Amino acid sequence: MPPLNPPAPPSRGYLSDGTTVASWLCTRDHKRIALLYLFTITFFFLIGASAAALMRWELTRPNGDLMTSDTYNRLFTLHGVVMVWFFLIPSIPAVLGNFVLPLAIGARDVAFPRLNLASWYIFVCGGLIALYAIVVGGVDTGWTFYTPYSSTYSNSNVMVMATGIFVAGFSSIATGLNFIVTVHKLRAPGLTWFRLPLFVWAIYATSIILVLATPVLAITLALMALERGFGVGIFDPKLGGDPLLFQHLFWFYSHPAVYIMILPGMGVVSELVSCFSRKKIFGYKVMAFSILSIAGLGFLVWGHHMFVSSQSVYAGVVFSLLSFLVSVPSAIKVFNWIATLHRGSITFGTPLLYALGFLALFTIGGLTGIFLATLAVDVHLHDTYFVIAHFHYIMVGGGVMAYMGGIHYWWPKISGRMFPEGWARFSAVTIFVGFNLTFFPQFLLGYLGMPRRYHIYPAEFQTLNVISSAGAAVLAVGYLVPLCYLTWSFFHGKDAGPNPWNATGLEWQTPSPPPSHNFEQTPVVTRPPYDYPPL
Amino acid sequence: MSAAPLSEIGGGAGWLPEASSFAPRVDRVFDGLLAASAGMALFLTVLTLVILVRYRRGSAGSRKAVRIATWKIETAWIVATTAVFLFFFVQGTSVYLEMRRIPAGIEAINVVGRQWMWDVRYPGGRREFNRLHVRLNTPVRLLLSSEDVIHSFFVPAFRLKQDLVPGKVVEAWFDPTRAGTYMLYCAQYCGTAHAEMTGTVVVLAPDQFAAWEGGRDGGAESGSPGLAGAARGSAIFQKYGCAQCHGDAAGSRAPRLAGVYRGPVRLADGRFVLADDQFLHDAILRAPKCAVAGYAMTMPTYDGVIPEGDVLDLISYIKALPPAPASQVP
Ligand SMILES: [Cu+2]
Ligand SMILES: [Cu+2]
Repeated sequence: MPPLNPPAPPSRGYLSDGTTVASWLCTRDHKRIALLYLFTITFFFLIGASAAALMRWELTRPNGDLMTSDTYNRLFTLHGVVMVWFFLIPSIPAVLGNFVLPLAIGARDVAFPRLNLASWYIFVCGGLIALYAIVVGGVDTGWTFYTPYSSTYSNSNVMVMATGIFVAGFSSIATGLNFIVTVHKLRAPGLTWFRLPLFVWAIYATSIILVLATPVLAITLALMALERGFGVGIFDPKLGGDPLLFQHLFWFYSHPAVYIMILPGMGVVSELVSCFSRKKIFGYKVMAFSILSIAGLGFLVWGHHMFVSSQSVYAGVVFSLLSFLVSVPSAIKVFNWIATLHRGSITFGTPLLYALGFLALFTIGGLTGIFLATLAVDVHLHDTYFVIAHFHYIMVGGGVMAYMGGIHYWWPKISGRMFPEGWARFSAVTIFVGFNLTFFPQFLLGYLGMPRRYHIYPAEFQTLNVISSAGAAVLAVGYLVPLCYLTWSFFHGKDAGPNPWNATGLEWQTPSPPPSHNFEQTPVVTRPPYDYPPL
Repeated sequence: MSAAPLSEIGGGAGWLPEASSFAPRVDRVFDGLLAASAGMALFLTVLTLVILVRYRRGSAGSRKAVRIATWKIETAWIVATTAVFLFFFVQGTSVYLEMRRIPAGIEAINVVGRQWMWDVRYPGGRREFNRLHVRLNTPVRLLLSSEDVIHSFFVPAFRLKQDLVPGKVVEAWFDPTRAGTYMLYCAQYCGTAHAEMTGTVVVLAPDQFAAWEGGRDGGAESGSPGLAGAARGSAIFQKYGCAQCHGDAAGSRAPRLAGVYRGPVRLADGRFVLADDQFLHDAILRAPKCAVAGYAMTMPTYDGVIPEGDVLDLISYIKALPPAPASQVP
């Protein structure tokens, strides 16, 4: 005989509180805003990745005969601008930060929910302006917008694109401000600073960088636009300006921006490594302080992008020294993650595979960064494919691997459903293999002297370029598969339950997906973070 | 891979020849970094793999806490990492400082970057595009400038790279130690045909170099051989009417130019500056900003009027002027 009351379908928490379009577009729930960001940046990721695919296609041939030079120049500019400002910078902070941060500190939302929604709208506005710049013909300055090329010589939509980035910057600032206040004011009772998960520390430090550095980018772009639009001499020597001033300002933002892209990843990886080895993170305080010192020292090293720019020799020496020093805390973090695994009880779930991928790729990226901090060696490697490979190892090998790991780790919390583990492991391994195949050959190309932003190159470089392009194809598969199974699992995956990984952390003490107000009762914290039972 | 190996343009030493005096020194630092990083990467990989296998869930390995205090381990890591980093910092910096110590007393070759070509002007008067001829084992000094946007003079075989910044005269040098033809790239993105702003540096043995200097044979692309840079500068000097104020017959309306190079100059605002290439360059293009004490400022701005290459020729002309009597030095 069937039961009298058939079991109600499991509630989908915040997901079932309103299903209209308006309920999403007018939401003030940090979890829904996180999903809005997730869709938006996935869209931009696909655009940026398509540009990369076209570039890798062109680079299979040395003659540059598959597209015009102007097309190629627009593609790498598009790729850089879209990936940096419309994917990487918002990736972990705006998606995972928005979703997890309030949950992880036991709060009902961020400090300013309306501002949070406004940030997303500002971001979308900036994105649409950037898309418009691309659709009406693109920009050919490179994402770095070096003057006087961008301010005087380029015949492309520099002003529109700069406006898009300028606008999107305000979204960064607002999000950063929101998170800083949230961490200061909304922590659950008992959640002292040194009980915060490292993910929260990382998002907090990143938010400080967002608030302090982004205005400088806005100023820089505004000055460039003033010169381009109104002939005010700031950067162009013909108007009495100084082209290197632009580089100083640009890198004063853009070096810290590297840490906006990597620090949140370090936070995510700390969560994953600890959870999947069932051990508290090794050297918790050192980890927290290294996050802060990276964020601070990161503001003092911008001149390492200018060793051959004709800046003073002594400035170069100082910037080189500081760049070595900023690498120390990063190296310490790697050692601590490995020490966390030591004597743990390790299971190889998909999130850990991504975390291990992060460890390997970030280490290679960091070690090759040391080459570039070394003055005499950087003179040779600067502006070659070595640099391209290096920062992709950091920003994609590090940043995107951590983002993917974090998405998988918190997916059960976000969707209430499990993803298919087999497919997920397959794509994690595919991404790792494809990534190395794509970017490792570029270290060799750079050492041999292939300059960046060259689509016409000596035939000797073809083999390595073909290998790199083949790797990009593998990488594309690795990225597309999760798109499919995550979408599928959102609707059809099996129920996750509140805490499928048996993780510590307040976000796991509430149902999956959480109700709109996050917690039935405000949790009270009495224990240190990562308090796993003794093994 | 195509049939032509890099050695064809690289001088025949494997993938990337060491063709300048500091190429081997840069490579030794690079090799040291490579060995240390590869060693470190390998060590961490093996260590992590061992840990992953040994401490997988359900394995028998001991889970007892390590007995060394955490702070001791952390301190050891921080100190060791910092020490290794400082070692490489010192190595890289000392080689770099040597690379930037530009030998004195060599006549410079002027190289002007322009979208999208290299304009090379020799002190002997030759002019070439996208090709630079130099003599083996003889230090070469370059004065780099740009007509428009930033370019970068990059010769991988020499491990040499230097940006050409508009509005600036930047020095670079190298001592070619291996005969051959080497790729020259523009390494700083400069617009549409950036990837085609390439050229070659030809290092010739002394006798071949002499033959090249002597005739057109060696330099098929040379422009106007025979007209010395200084002589060309003299023509420009007349063309823009410089002589009217700076010439010998002009009285004391403007500073005399003979002997001014590398001497001290007192400016109208009281500062003393060294009349180096950069100063002469700025004084020609933006005279009002470089007003010399004791003279009424009547010289117009030549910015955008005199092309960059001609400015460098004018500087060559000023350098070549016979020294003036002591009383006339400003
Ligand atoms: Cu940097
Ligand atoms: Cu160029």
